[in-house]
Amino acid sequence: MHMADALLSPAVGGAMWVVAGGGITYCAGKIRDDMADSRIPLMGVLAAFVFAAQMINFTIPGTGSSGHLGGGLLLAIILGPHAGFLAMASVLTVQALFFADGGLLALGCNIFNLGFIPCFVVYPYIYQLIIGQTPSRKKMTTAIIVSAVIALQIGALGVVTETVFSGVSSLPFNSFVLLMQPIHLAIGLVEGMVTAGVVSFIVKADPSIILAADRRDDQQQSETSIGKKILLPLLAVAVITAGIFSWFASSNPDGLEWSIYKVTGSEEVEAPEQGIHHSLEKLQEKTALLPDYGFKNDEAAVVPGPENGSGSTVAIGTSVAGLLGGALVLLLMVLLGFILKIKRHSRTE
Amino acid sequence: MSHHIVEVKDLKYSYPDGTPALDGISFLITHGESVAVVGSNGAGKSTLLHHLNGYLTPTSGMVRIGDLPLSKSTVQAVRRSVGMVFQDPDDQLFMPTVADDVAFGPLNLGLPLEEVNDRVDRALTTVGALHLKNRPPYKLSGGEKRSVAIASTLSMSPDILVMDEPSANLDPQARRRLIELLSTFTHTKIIATHDLDMALDLCDRTIILHGGLITADGPTLDIFRDSALLRRSHLEKPLSMQGCPACGSMAVK
Amino acid sequence: MAKIESTFFDIGYLDTLSYQQSPIHRLDPRAKLIVTLVFVVAVVSFDRYEISGLLGFFLFPVVMVSLGDLPLGYLLKKLLLVAPFAVFIGIFNPILDRQVMIVMGPLAISGGWVSFISILLRFGLTVTAALILIATSSFAGVCLALERLKVPRSFAVQLLFLYRYLFVLIAETRRLLRARTLRSFDGRGLGIKVVGSLIGHLLLRTLNRGRRIYLAMLCRGFDGEIHTMRRLKMTGWDFIFMFGWILFFIVIRNHNLPQLIGNLLTGVF
Ligand SMILES: Nc1ncnc2c1ncn2[C@@H]1O[C@H](COP(=O)(O)OP(=O)(O)O)[C@@H](O)[C@H]1O
Ligand SMILES: [Mg+2]
Repeated sequence: MHMADALLSPAVGGAMWVVAGGGITYCAGKIRDDMADSRIPLMGVLAAFVFAAQMINFTIPGTGSSGHLGGGLLLAIILGPHAGFLAMASVLTVQALFFADGGLLALGCNIFNLGFIPCFVVYPYIYQLIIGQTPSRKKMTTAIIVSAVIALQIGALGVVTETVFSGVSSLPFNSFVLLMQPIHLAIGLVEGMVTAGVVSFIVKADPSIILAADRRDDQQQSETSIGKKILLPLLAVAVITAGIFSWFASSNPDGLEWSIYKVTGSEEVEAPEQGIHHSLEKLQEKTALLPDYGFKNDEAAVVPGPENGSGSTVAIGTSVAGLLGGALVLLLMVLLGFILKIKRHSRTE
Repeated sequence: MSHHIVEVKDLKYSYPDGTPALDGISFLITHGESVAVVGSNGAGKSTLLHHLNGYLTPTSGMVRIGDLPLSKSTVQAVRRSVGMVFQDPDDQLFMPTVADDVAFGPLNLGLPLEEVNDRVDRALTTVGALHLKNRPPYKLSGGEKRSVAIASTLSMSPDILVMDEPSANLDPQARRRLIELLSTFTHTKIIATHDLDMALDLCDRTIILHGGLITADGPTLDIFRDSALLRRSHLEKPLSMQGCPACGSMAVK
Repeated sequence: MAKIESTFFDIGYLDTLSYQQSPIHRLDPRAKLIVTLVFVVAVVSFDRYEISGLLGFFLFPVVMVSLGDLPLGYLLKKLLLVAPFAVFIGIFNPILDRQVMIVMGPLAISGGWVSFISILLRFGLTVTAALILIATSSFAGVCLALERLKVPRSFAVQLLFLYRYLFVLIAETRRLLRARTLRSFDGRGLGIKVVGSLIGHLLLRTLNRGRRIYLAMLCRGFDGEIHTMRRLKMTGWDFIFMFGWILFFIVIRNHNLPQLIGNLLTGVF
């Protein structure tokens, strides 16, 4: 369920990077305050553990397909939300770098969907709420399963929202939601059951582990309000950054307007937009700063229009030229690659 | 200055979950001594060693290192003079490269960079691992890891070396090399092990732990000759002292 | 099981690549990190129907792979392995967006197919960029760069710890899994209950390991700060590399290079 670079627009990706970065900085500061504690190495090894545990796959009953451990919730339960978030963020960073799970720009989205949501939304507002003041085995199991399901549902919703707002995929919001949510309901249930199994195993073997985490939270009673303390400012930051980014790229149909148009399917939004786009185009052509921006937009907007016959001839001309030029460029690059490689080897030998 | 460098007096310790691990232990170790602490699994060896650098605080009793009785205020100084080599070198080598790892201690001491570099090179040379300097620890063999782990404590210039089962998981050749290396050290050494052959090679004195109590403390050779004592402590005579069945002398089962 | 083996192989292999010597490997990791980020942002900033404009960006991976002595076949294979998600989402474009966009003789190509191809191209470019970064900078190098670029230190340290113990834990997981595989028949013993205790077991060991590592750190004077000896220094080459590429990205982002060449060619005919 990783978000991928290929589906992202810079506005959405950048905004989520800012959010993830803000979360990391905030949590790192928190951890720093009580640095003497043994969580420093523990976070690292537990992150490695989540990584390793995700490779233990299991059959989801009745479906024959397989699932794996999510990790964010488990880390929050063992380490508390701040350290848990940092650990989960590091897992996702390594996955982005080594396995191209998502990619670098999508890292912000993934940290938000799979780290921030379980640690700062679900853990304080669902998990701790169900557990209450007097934890019991049964409550814990319920809390974990419910939390896992909700965390994954919100996470999947995050993927959908980020994708739709980026506007690279044509999937409209409604169908995408219908596609993603049910799949993740099943996965969430299984993930929750496994996480509950793991936690109950741990509690049986050494109750002090989870108890210690609980006690830590008692000491920092304020942690229940972390949601408010960190969630709202970060969301505000996200909206503002996305706004700024998309304002800069406002002639880019990848941006927010396009997807709003796509999602609502209403034409009204388009009409005034056309005007803005048009004047911006003119401006760009004059300054020649972003020439193909306006041009492409024009193409995309005009060509599909059925009543507009003249648009397609333009498209043919440009696209044939584009294809030809593209082929040539690719050919040149392959050649260049070979030459560089050969030169380099003749030098090293 | 006290003549005794390590003093443990009436040390008792129970783990937080109630497991009693040490049940009243006393001994004195003098400068330059090499002492083997032997005992079967769960005898309390690791628990004892963890008291020597203040990781565990006695339930009752006292530990003194040099002139300093171990307490919260002296624990930093004590850790500087007690170098601890862990049973699993992976636990000890946590930095990205061997050099970083050996430098970790000296950098924490706040030494200047040239001095740190110097110490890193010296420590790695001592254990014969200078060529591994820029390698990441996960690319080392078991024996190499052990050597680097020792170097990372040597770089702190400790007075006392405390080692927890240093020969565990080593192949015979690496184990032999380790024994040769350790025999060149002039530090006071405390080695927890159930490798009695190594104890015999390295330590003049042996303390046997069993069930959290000292069942024997004396010259290694005398202790290892006492088959009844060893059996009571769930230990076996070192191979080098067992008779050779093939050549007709008495075999000890 | 296949997954864990291939994961292990991948990390190890990329790690090995990152210790090679080449002009690219010698560059400051900060320069490479920044260039990679600019590259990714530039690539994804195109509109959804862009194809030709993206092609110019292939110059970056081509140069990095050849000068950095990276195995092309391996990178391509990795690309194919992670492709399904992008395909999964992207494939809806041709289904949903059927308006004809390009007509070439009898061939009518819908906007959906154009944007689908665009997604695949973006995907190829961004994924290879991340892999190239790690294969030429080493993970520790990237972490160091992050730290110097003001990423919170405790996060950079986390990453280092994670990476260091990944190798240890994957080996441990393999042993556990092998034991499970040997004792399970017909898919029995692979269920949730078994997995719960299997992972629980691994977690318990990990927690104990975390404690021992902490102890080892305390023994060597750990006081909350992790110091490293490695120093980074940006040289003239690093700046040339960095600004050269960024300038190139800006130019080809704003001027469709293949299109220009194509226009020139078609103009000639
Ligand atoms: N963290 C712990 N919590 C509870 N009991 C422990 C812990 N570590 C060790 N013990 C118990 O203390 C006793 C001594 O263990 P240890 O010192 O590790 O023995 P040795 O190192 O000689 O094998 C054993 O009974 C063991 O089960
Ligand atoms: Mg032990």
